[in-house]
Amino acid sequence: MNTEAITFTIDGKKIEARRGDTILEAADRAGVYIPRLCWMKELLPAGVCRVCTVRVNGRPQAACTQPAAAGMVVENDTEELRQLRRDLIDMLFVEGNHFCMFCERSGNCELQALAYRFGITAPKYPFLFPRRSVDASHPDVLADGNRCIRCGRCVRASRALDGKSVFGFTGRGPQKRLAFNGPNLAATDVAAPDHAIAACPTGTLIVKRVGYKVPIGRRLYDHSPIGSEIEPPAPEK
Amino acid sequence: MAKPKVATTSLCGCFGCHMSLLDIDDRILKLVELVDFDRSPINDIKKIEGQVDIGLIEGGCCNEENLAVLHEFRKHCKILISVGDCATNGGIPAMRNMVPLGECYEEAFLNGPTVVNPTGRIPDDPEIPLLLDKVYPCHEAVKIDYHLPGCPPSADTLWAALVALLEGREPELPYELLKYD
Repeated sequence: MNTEAITFTIDGKKIEARRGDTILEAADRAGVYIPRLCWMKELLPAGVCRVCTVRVNGRPQAACTQPAAAGMVVENDTEELRQLRRDLIDMLFVEGNHFCMFCERSGNCELQALAYRFGITAPKYPFLFPRRSVDASHPDVLADGNRCIRCGRCVRASRALDGKSVFGFTGRGPQKRLAFNGPNLAATDVAAPDHAIAACPTGTLIVKRVGYKVPIGRRLYDHSPIGSEIEPPAPEK
Repeated sequence: MAKPKVATTSLCGCFGCHMSLLDIDDRILKLVELVDFDRSPINDIKKIEGQVDIGLIEGGCCNEENLAVLHEFRKHCKILISVGDCATNGGIPAMRNMVPLGECYEEAFLNGPTVVNPTGRIPDDPEIPLLLDKVYPCHEAVKIDYHLPGCPPSADTLWAALVALLEGREPELPYELLKYD
């Protein structure tokens, strides 16, 4: 790969990148956080959640799939884009059944953490309360469709990292559902240590008998917002 | 000058949010200096008596009585706040929303494994408020000015929001006080 250095700007800040970097990768290295949900470092980007939408030379693009190019002008932390991301997160909350109060992933959930980061106290859209299925057939892994946001991280991780292809999708649009390569989860060769389980950003794929192990106050997003692992610490006020 | 008035109620909730309000510990002495309480389970006043500055709603709307109380609060409260996950998103009671109401009744009064009901009748006394088809968050029934999620919202969250409003500020919560669990 050509590793020639290029520069572009995000919100006026000069960013150095290597040719072949996506906007998101270059931004991460420069300490600029672009919110994302379906992206994971070890996986090929999918560009499906659109939370990382930025404006590139005025045009909306998914930062996780769009390659960085010399001289491009990227807008990231603008009121318009913050609003768009808030709306996407709102919609993900109302079109599933996200009962954070008893979810094992609460405090470590990326969807919830994004809502915290954006200061969402209640979604502005009406709740749909869809009927979704739970698969508890497997001895060690639970799949709760109520919490699935169809980011496809488990699908990609199972294929690319576990070499198993346990997960996939069926249906389209609002009917799109997580599916397994078997009549139920127990009939697949999924196992609790699989990358696919750890890849789930919400509480859809859960390892059994370890829920609530980390006490409140010591979970990933209890004290600092998602993205603060990328951003340099804010100057003291 | 008269003190600002606060009213509170629990609709389809578990009173956990009211417990959390009591959990402000000795700040409760400061609270009674700052405000007067109108209708609230804390003083057992059953009807709102006058105009209220801040109304706190715990719980969502699962039946017609919840709706009537919520409308009463909206009518009399300058600022109405949804307190807790049930008020902001339906909470645990909303788990019935994925099941048709008829099936809920049948499970509870006819087919459930622990049901003893020789008459086979589903309770229908006019004294019992009719259930709504679903459990609704409060903002899907009336205008809600602010939401304080949490199950329950912590005492610090409730205190920070109340103090901000009483001082005429927007109740913007610091990161650690906005939680959904």
